[in-house]
Amino acid sequence: MLNILWPIIIIISIIFAIISGNMEKLNSSIFESCGTAIQLSISLLGTICLWNGIMQIVQDSSLIKKITKLLQPIFRFLFPDIKEGSKENKEISLNIIANILGLGNAATPLGLKAMKTMQEKNSNKDTLTNSMAMFIILNTASLQLIPTTVIAIRNSLGSQNPTSIIVPVWISTICAGIAGITLAKIFIRKSKTKN
Amino acid sequence: MKIINYVSVIAIPSIILLILLYAFMEKNKVFDIFLKGAKEGLQIVLQIFPTLVGIFVAVGVLRSSGVLDAIINFVSPITNLLKIPSQIMPLALIRPISGSASLAVATDILNTYGVDSTIGLIASTIMGSTETTFYTIAVYTSAVGIKKIRFVLLVALIADIVGMITSVVLWGIMS
Repeated sequence: MLNILWPIIIIISIIFAIISGNMEKLNSSIFESCGTAIQLSISLLGTICLWNGIMQIVQDSSLIKKITKLLQPIFRFLFPDIKEGSKENKEISLNIIANILGLGNAATPLGLKAMKTMQEKNSNKDTLTNSMAMFIILNTASLQLIPTTVIAIRNSLGSQNPTSIIVPVWISTICAGIAGITLAKIFIRKSKTKN
Repeated sequence: MKIINYVSVIAIPSIILLILLYAFMEKNKVFDIFLKGAKEGLQIVLQIFPTLVGIFVAVGVLRSSGVLDAIINFVSPITNLLKIPSQIMPLALIRPISGSASLAVATDILNTYGVDSTIGLIASTIMGSTETTFYTIAVYTSAVGIKKIRFVLLVALIADIVGMITSVVLWGIMS
């Protein structure tokens, strides 16, 4: 999609600048933007390396098993159709934990594995099952505990208090998550009574 | 409000403390493991760098040419009705679609209106509490050949809007 959007945005902007006489501003903004990209990447480099390293410790120690156990009651509520100890149970748990820890790169392959396992047991191959629908909705909610990327941006732009957004992010995530889960549950119940 | 600030300050140090304490007592080679993960982090940033440069330039010219302000003015009657600051709208629109583009738009908003201004704080909170909904749904369903996604897109987008409105309301109360 960026193959279409990216050139269109730049072309329209340059033409608009010619008409409105903002050419000087536009010219300098091109190089300023490159500078900002570098500045942000350097800041991201530090934060992401640190956080990835810390989270590797969680993955390689037995902490991950502890967290999986803690999640089981929530799991039973969200995925009543999935048996405890099954393959998809384990894969979904690992995906959710990777999301919580902010390991996006690890979360996606784990999530795709879980989708494949659930698809094997799906009797209607072109339609999402209830569990799959709930699983995707969880993945579109940002479950991560520490919003490291945003903190890195705020830090690189000289914020007085880069981490001040942590609790507000938690509150917003929880509200969005509750809305998503509740609506999904309502839709699932509706489709059951229909059948 | 003081509690919220305090918890935000202690969140990261406490998580690091708990993890290190646990892993150290379990006799893991903590620093070696840390390095393994940190190296992976380096690769992640290197991989997204070219994308960032491309997107940042696009958002930069969009802002400096005046197009972005024209768009903001155009949507402001609607956003005023919902009491959402219209300066946030570019982020709200791009956030569900692309991760790197929303990163660039968020940075642009923070640069233009100030990192610690109310608008900057709202933009930061939206960035941290929402996901690239369209992209996630597309990846997860196409990987297994699903065509009927039922209520998923609708529910996920409503959840995003709830998250965004919560961010606006929260900072309205706190500042």
